Amino acid sequence: MESFLHLTPQDTHAIWLSIKVACAATLIASPFGFAAAYLLVFSKLPAKPLIEGVINLPLVLPPVVVGYLLLLFFGQSGTLGPFLGRFDIRIIFTLSGAVLASAVVGFPLMVRAIRIGMEGIDRNCLQAARTLGAGWWDTLFTITLPLSGRAVLAGMTLMFARSLGEFGATIILAGNIPGVTQTIPLAIYEYTNTPGGDRMALNLCLVSIVLSFAVLLLSEAIGRSLKKR
Amino acid sequence: MELEVNVEKQHGDFHFAADFSLTERRCGIFGPSGSGKSTLMHILAGLLKPDQGIIKLAGQTLFDSAAGINQPPEKRRIGVVFQHSHLFPHINVQRNLLYGWQRTAPAERRISPEALIEVLGLRPLLKRGVNRLSGGERQRVALGRTVLACPQLILMDEPLSGLDEELKHQIIPYLKKVFQEFDIPLLFISHSLREMRLMTNEVLVFRQGALEGRMLTEELARNSMAAGGEGYANLLELGRPRAVGDLWAYAWGETELILTDPGESDENLFKLDARDIVLFKNHPQATSARNLLACKVVSLFGVNNRVGVELLCSGKRLIAQIVPESVREMEITEGSELIAVIKASSFRKLG
Repeated sequence: MESFLHLTPQDTHAIWLSIKVACAATLIASPFGFAAAYLLVFSKLPAKPLIEGVINLPLVLPPVVVGYLLLLFFGQSGTLGPFLGRFDIRIIFTLSGAVLASAVVGFPLMVRAIRIGMEGIDRNCLQAARTLGAGWWDTLFTITLPLSGRAVLAGMTLMFARSLGEFGATIILAGNIPGVTQTIPLAIYEYTNTPGGDRMALNLCLVSIVLSFAVLLLSEAIGRSLKKR
Repeated sequence: MELEVNVEKQHGDFHFAADFSLTERRCGIFGPSGSGKSTLMHILAGLLKPDQGIIKLAGQTLFDSAAGINQPPEKRRIGVVFQHSHLFPHINVQRNLLYGWQRTAPAERRISPEALIEVLGLRPLLKRGVNRLSGGERQRVALGRTVLACPQLILMDEPLSGLDEELKHQIIPYLKKVFQEFDIPLLFISHSLREMRLMTNEVLVFRQGALEGRMLTEELARNSMAAGGEGYANLLELGRPRAVGDLWAYAWGETELILTDPGESDENLFKLDARDIVLFKNHPQATSARNLLACKVVSLFGVNNRVGVELLCSGKRLIAQIVPESVREMEITEGSELIAVIKASSFRKLG
């Protein structure tokens, strides 16, 4: 027990990287998640079931498959890879790749959470706002967004937690490069493959549990204060 | 206000068409449920797009399918008070009230929030969350919110039907006061004849998605006598009474009415069924009824086997309902002098 929770610099880096990836993925995905949920709840598009299917696909596909599809799409010989390459943007085997993988895998969870909240909004309230002189954007920011605040928060929490645990898609798209793309789950994976690495793996597991729990508690607290308003 | 409407809308199986123009400031849209009242409200407010036609309000084109004009709801300056108040649940009463006002150009703000809050008696509620309001309070806030947006026209879509009888009659004085004080044109949508009579002068009657007729509200009330049911109800607004023994005397025209019910406020609304007025040719010497009013027949109108007798009593009008045989026997004609006998308990207090 002499070094209980002894973390190597590489571990500390993995923890920071995990937090960074989870934060970035959550923040980047949130506006899109909100927009997608809005589209699914309020629009009358005939292609809605199709859009819904595409959004939910990462939820039912193995993350490895999602990662591989992303690799095909963003790779050097992929559809979007060469185009982004022209602007010197590289996705695969970079931090951006880890963020993208997390964002895509967590996206359906986020949309689902926001959508449930949005469906509870009284549409007549939105109509009332319009007749009171608020334009579409005005209504979106002063009525729809505040009324789905708790749901957005729940979606962000889910996304953050899912990102902390993301493994399959990340390892395919971003690889397992210590210091660059190695997040907590990838580091744990590496320790379990190293003889005598069990103690180190356990340490990181503990960090993972504490981190996830902290996120849940924080989200509960914010949710409660939103409800009180 | 000048409202010109000529629109058509196919909504699934339901076909809606309306062609009318209005100048009356207090107008009603009357009809049973499914007659297209709400469709019309949504079309006027810009919440539902008609298939074709035009809508003009005060010389301004709000919708014109031929010219490709369709003003969005926020540009129309038509206020809506919905059946259920639909207050914004995340902000308090004050911010709800000011939501539209803040979005109104300063030049158009002709109603001051202070004055309106006073008229609607909302001051004690301002800081309260909307989820802690009663049904009647919610509807008052919703009305205030709409009025403060200073619209050119207010549409009220069954604003009272979510409330119980007593609350309804508590709200009506507020409604009347607001529309008197701030002089906003009103289009009042309802299936209740009594609400219609209290709020409007003229009505458009809709049935199955089409405009069926247009008449004075009073005319509609008289016609409804034919439909049987409740019959014609005289609505009397009476002031504060004075006690007379166990009963209450209310000033009415040049005379007084004796009622059993005390009225607690300065304005009390009573209903008197036309069937509860008994007509005598000569003064009955002794009667248990407390009100004996000398009156003159202004007009007679017949519907089926009932006759409405419009009476002028001490400067006020009343309608009595009798059967044709009585008219013949008593030789009642226009100008006949009669005694109307009404029991003190026949007046029913509303609210």
